[in-house]
Amino acid sequence: MKRLVIYLMAEPETPELARAAVEGGADVVELGFPFSDPLADGPVIRRAAERALARGMRTRQCLDVLAQTHALVSDTDLIPMTYASILEAYGWERFAGDVAANGGASMIVADLPAGERPGLRRVQLVAPTSTDERIRLAGEQTDGWLYLVTLAGTTGARGELSPALPGLVERARRLVDVPIYAGFGIATPEHARAAAELADGIVVGSRALQQAERGPDSLRDYVATLRAAVDSV
Amino acid sequence: MNFGDYGGRYVPETLIPALDELTAGWEAAKEDDAFHAELHHLLTTYAGRPTPLTLAERFAPGKRIYLKREDLLHTGAHKLNNALGQAVLARRLGKRRIVAETGAGQHGVATATVCARFGLECVVYMGEEDMRRQQPNVERMGLLGAEVRPVDFGTKTLKEATSEAIRDWITNVETTHYLIGSCVGPAPYPEIVRDLQRVIGGEAREQILAVEGRLPDAVVACVGGGSNAIGLFYGFLEDDVRIVGVEAAGAASLGTGRVGVLHGARSSVLADEDGQIADAHSISAGLDYPGVGPEHAYLRDIGRVEYVGATDAEALAAFRDLARTEGIIPALEPAHALARARELKEEDELVLVGLSGRGDKDLAEALAHLR
Repeated sequence: MKRLVIYLMAEPETPELARAAVEGGADVVELGFPFSDPLADGPVIRRAAERALARGMRTRQCLDVLAQTHALVSDTDLIPMTYASILEAYGWERFAGDVAANGGASMIVADLPAGERPGLRRVQLVAPTSTDERIRLAGEQTDGWLYLVTLAGTTGARGELSPALPGLVERARRLVDVPIYAGFGIATPEHARAAAELADGIVVGSRALQQAERGPDSLRDYVATLRAAVDSV
Repeated sequence: MNFGDYGGRYVPETLIPALDELTAGWEAAKEDDAFHAELHHLLTTYAGRPTPLTLAERFAPGKRIYLKREDLLHTGAHKLNNALGQAVLARRLGKRRIVAETGAGQHGVATATVCARFGLECVVYMGEEDMRRQQPNVERMGLLGAEVRPVDFGTKTLKEATSEAIRDWITNVETTHYLIGSCVGPAPYPEIVRDLQRVIGGEAREQILAVEGRLPDAVVACVGGGSNAIGLFYGFLEDDVRIVGVEAAGAASLGTGRVGVLHGARSSVLADEDGQIADAHSISAGLDYPGVGPEHAYLRDIGRVEYVGATDAEALAAFRDLARTEGIIPALEPAHALARARELKEEDELVLVGLSGRGDKDLAEALAHLR
């Protein structure tokens, strides 16, 4: 069965929202720990991070939200996604330890490419620009699954699924031996179905955040449409 | 590629192949006489190098302060040294589109200028607050054929403009060269920008030896990202010369910052204890940046360079005084260096100051505060 990953920004409402996403059919929840200068993110996630920071969501508060979310949806993998500056300030090993202690299954550091700090277990990302050598390296170092960034660009909904995805999936299948999930620019059930035909899982972020802003019911219904699309493959 | 524990490539994976390509292209260019000949030709026939040294006799009585006159360079600041070099490099890499960030607008103007000169497409990101403060430079960039894209979120200054330029680069990386304006960003940028700015220190060293017959007691430059400073300092790092970097007091990434990661590099940054980047505050848009080049953090840690601060008011006073005593209107950025240079102890009698740019762009902002 294909896996569905939903991204939410860590805020006080997030545990309830994560439960709604799981009820809608999410298998994994990515939990954004907001950073002031998120280079990999488009406007929707950037604005959500600004708002979360304005509400006082710092590393400690985010870890608390992680623990609360884990208590509500204990069977669901929770994966903090953040930036290197947060880990640098908190302590790299200490951060990894506290994520695990608060119920995190792994983590993603958007600006820490494969090869850097290989001892830090995390889900690695590859992109259409990645060389075969780098895809192989990321596959060796990744924690559980490999995150395929479908396009050259930042996070955010796009009109069409990236035409670069089929070629990237084909290369990744040849080079790595782990499940591959596709993310960036996947927003609609049509995108979800098309991406799930190629990859083992899909990641939906910006559009999920927009639905989450309308409340848990809206998010649950939206995730259910993605679940149905993914399951139709 | 690193400077002690500073530097690195803290960027999304999408950019790593482009940074590898840039590194290889730069290594090849450095070894290629044709690259150096082309750049030298441009620097002498187009940019106006070498720039002179001027003795500022009336500005600081009792001292012999020499100004390295990067303000006399084409487009009015040292930024052109780097923009020309990177434009030649971008053409070698086959990139036809250039993106850049700008704070004071001097780097944006330099980039727009070289893009006009070489027929390259040019997009410059600039914070809305800086566009207000530096309106003449916005108009210059437009006249030169560049598209200036306002950045209307966050601090609306150089920090956000840099983030947006990097996001553009991530999106258009196949066709685009990111022409970064200072010795910041992921490797190999700090090294490339430093090497392209070293011409300042190289010339200044020869010039002061020729006119004074000895090395200066002290070398002083302003530090925002730190490119004019690193370029000047590199002429004197191996010498028994005191070296002083002057930051804006409200943007003292080296003086009051902590280790952090910003715009692709580990360096000293203004940040809170959780690693969230803090706002910088300076009257000078070019120094209004919470980060600094990683090599400066290294030079601070090993004790080779002292980094001190100057306030807005001190910079404004030096700005006015240099205009009245020497007939030179400096940019507000090097006015910070002038403010500290004239207060150096008596034993620092022969002083070299990097006058990184001219002050035309700052007239409205400075006069509003001086009145």
